Amino acid sequence: MHFLKSTVGRKLVMAVSGTVLLVFVVVHLLGNTTIYSGPDGINAYARALRSLGPLLWAFRLILVAMFILHVFYGIQLTLENRAAKPEAYAVRKHIESTFSSITMIWTGLLIGAFIVYHLLHFTFQVTNPGISASRHPDALGRPDVFTMVLLSFRKFFVSLIYVGALGALGLHLLHSIEGSFQTVGLNSDRTFPVIRKGGRLAALLIYFGYISIPIVILAGILG
Amino acid sequence: MNLTLFVWRQKGPGAQGGLEEYQAKDISPDMSFLEMLDVVNEDLIKDGKNPIAFDHDCREGICGMCSQVVNGVPHGPRERTTICQLHMRHFRDGDALYIEPWRARAFPVIKDLIVDRTSLDRIIQSGGYMSVHTGGVPDANAVLIPKHDADTAMDAAECIGCGACVAACPNGSAMLFAAAKVAHLAQLPQGRAEAAQRVCVMTEAMLKEGFGNCSNHYECQAVCPKGIKVKFIAKLNREFLKAELRSCGTPEAGTPSRD
Repeated sequence: MHFLKSTVGRKLVMAVSGTVLLVFVVVHLLGNTTIYSGPDGINAYARALRSLGPLLWAFRLILVAMFILHVFYGIQLTLENRAAKPEAYAVRKHIESTFSSITMIWTGLLIGAFIVYHLLHFTFQVTNPGISASRHPDALGRPDVFTMVLLSFRKFFVSLIYVGALGALGLHLLHSIEGSFQTVGLNSDRTFPVIRKGGRLAALLIYFGYISIPIVILAGILG
Repeated sequence: MNLTLFVWRQKGPGAQGGLEEYQAKDISPDMSFLEMLDVVNEDLIKDGKNPIAFDHDCREGICGMCSQVVNGVPHGPRERTTICQLHMRHFRDGDALYIEPWRARAFPVIKDLIVDRTSLDRIIQSGGYMSVHTGGVPDANAVLIPKHDADTAMDAAECIGCGACVAACPNGSAMLFAAAKVAHLAQLPQGRAEAAQRVCVMTEAMLKEGFGNCSNHYECQAVCPKGIKVKFIAKLNREFLKAELRSCGTPEAGTPSRD
């Protein structure tokens, strides 16, 4: 198909699939914050999510499709871009590009690897069967997500993995929220500074929102 | 001023090249960068050595021929300045300068600091034009163009096609160049007729020539001697979306066929 071969078309696929994944990341964060209202908050939320049934699977399928598109075209475009610049400068000075923009492929791959671990950890619950929420219901018979998260993040190295991987996500978003606006053509002299600041602020908010949970648990404030 | 230069020397296309050290002695701060190289070359010629080959033409910053990367920045350290308009007073006595050619797959080195930029010409040939009827000269201002549109088109039309954007881009993409042409012509009523076709064939030609894809680093905007902004890339993206909705590249996209 012409669209999926063109340089702009594939960028648009990256921007749109990335935006869908970003929406998920935001919804996921909002869901996570229910942990601050204790076991009743997050366990009720987990049960409500499960009760969506086929709708939940529809969302999951869309996410998987977007994830595959994003990873496939991300790798393909990066390989093309490397090939287009075969020789490096002896001296190189970056003026506009940032650490976050030049490490997109690496933060992306790190996030991909983390997602595998994260799914095994909290979704399929195979890394820590001893505290698996689905096998250890709370007093009301709901999966005890609260205890599972609490006991997981009390382990220093588990928290470290989460804080580190979310750092990769934060760096990825630092460049990409702003970039998606440019790619879909929503940039102009007037909107550019707003989009740049807004995109970076959103990335930082998402990062600190996520890592607040392991940090608060590790510090012994929660639970 | 006395300077130490490390200059990329390469005998010919595909040959093995490398940096060589030269001393630039008694350089006046009022000289342009190219005049400084002229002085170095005169010394080389006197010593019976091969002078450093570099591209230049107008030497007043409008032709887009000069093309050197100085200390990692295309056209050197001054904003909105071509290397021919860069004066030595912007450097300090005793500075070490690394001078390299544009680097990109689509810009193969011909010799020393000279690269082959005909790939940009072929992008223009693919669609960077608008068709007009031959015959009598049309009246000036017969077609009314709002002031804002004319100004925006002029901003994009400032592009001199030097290729600094490609040289600076970590992906070797010619997106800013293509965007300047697409935006310039699409902004004007005369260029609208072929706008959809143009954005499709020009972005396609870009890939065919071996340029990379844009990933929004914006290094191009920082080095452009004419201050072309990346908002034009956003406009190219919009034009592409519009064209896709009208089935990109086909005659229905808005262009009469060539025959």
